[in-house]
Amino acid sequence: MAEFLAMGGYAFYVWSAYALVAVVLIGNAVVPWRRHRQLKGRGGGNSGAGERGDCA
Amino acid sequence: MFQRFAALSSPRHFYAIASAWLPWLSVLTVLGFAVGLYWGLVVAPPDYQQGEAYRIIYVHVPSAWLSLMVYTVMAGAGLVALVWHVKLAEIAVYECAVLGAWFTALALGTGMLWGKPMWGTWWQWGDARMLSELILLFLYIGVLGLHNAFADPRKGARVAAVLALAGIVNIPIIHYSVEWWNTLHQGPTVTRFDKPAAHSSMLWPLLFMGMMFILYFSTILLARIRVRVLEQEADRQWAEEVRRG
Repeated sequence: MAEFLAMGGYAFYVWSAYALVAVVLIGNAVVPWRRHRQLKGRGGGNSGAGERGDCA
Repeated sequence: MFQRFAALSSPRHFYAIASAWLPWLSVLTVLGFAVGLYWGLVVAPPDYQQGEAYRIIYVHVPSAWLSLMVYTVMAGAGLVALVWHVKLAEIAVYECAVLGAWFTALALGTGMLWGKPMWGTWWQWGDARMLSELILLFLYIGVLGLHNAFADPRKGARVAAVLALAGIVNIPIIHYSVEWWNTLHQGPTVTRFDKPAAHSSMLWPLLFMGMMFILYFSTILLARIRVRVLEQEADRQWAEEVRRG
């Protein structure tokens, strides 16, 4: 496991690249999902009424 | 045929279809990435020249592919928006620009993280591939900017679509940049069908990750357009019914 994490001495570069991709891809998935929940929440009941999130 | 197209391009039907597909697409995307990451990071052998550092390829190359593919999708949507004034296509141009800009940023970012240990530099201004990819990022940002620059949002959408179409000349330039100019960035690995430069044990996980990036893009584009449709049609009765559940 330690050997896997070390990536033959390139751990910083390999894991930074993968972390960058993970953050961007997950972030771009969460934004529309949260916005959709907010929009639906504004309907019938009063839950979340008036709340407006940012949707980049 | 036309009726079918018209039904699909109506926001209400789009919303219903997108909502039915999204759960399946999401599950498939997550499972696919789990497989692809295991394949690329664990199963694939290390490179005989670059050791383990080459594994950045499994996120760098798919990001770069998508940065080009998303642009062509965006330009196609721009054409539909300009010719037929389809509102969904206008929304698609904008959402493609958001996602395309992110894929381009990822291609540039992961490229820097790969270039530093291999070439000894994060960036080289004289490199044709890097420069044309940077121009692509500016094109995406330009499309986003124009979209929001007008008081009349539909006018903004049309002007943005014009830039999206004009900028397509950059796409073949990026693709062939490594052949036309022999600068720092290495030549193509995959698109040499006669004799691919990579062994199949490295090539297959790369192609698989590429497919998963396409799946991810399709899923998120659908999700983003769905939200925008619900936002813009908020006053319509169908949207009200959707919100009531």
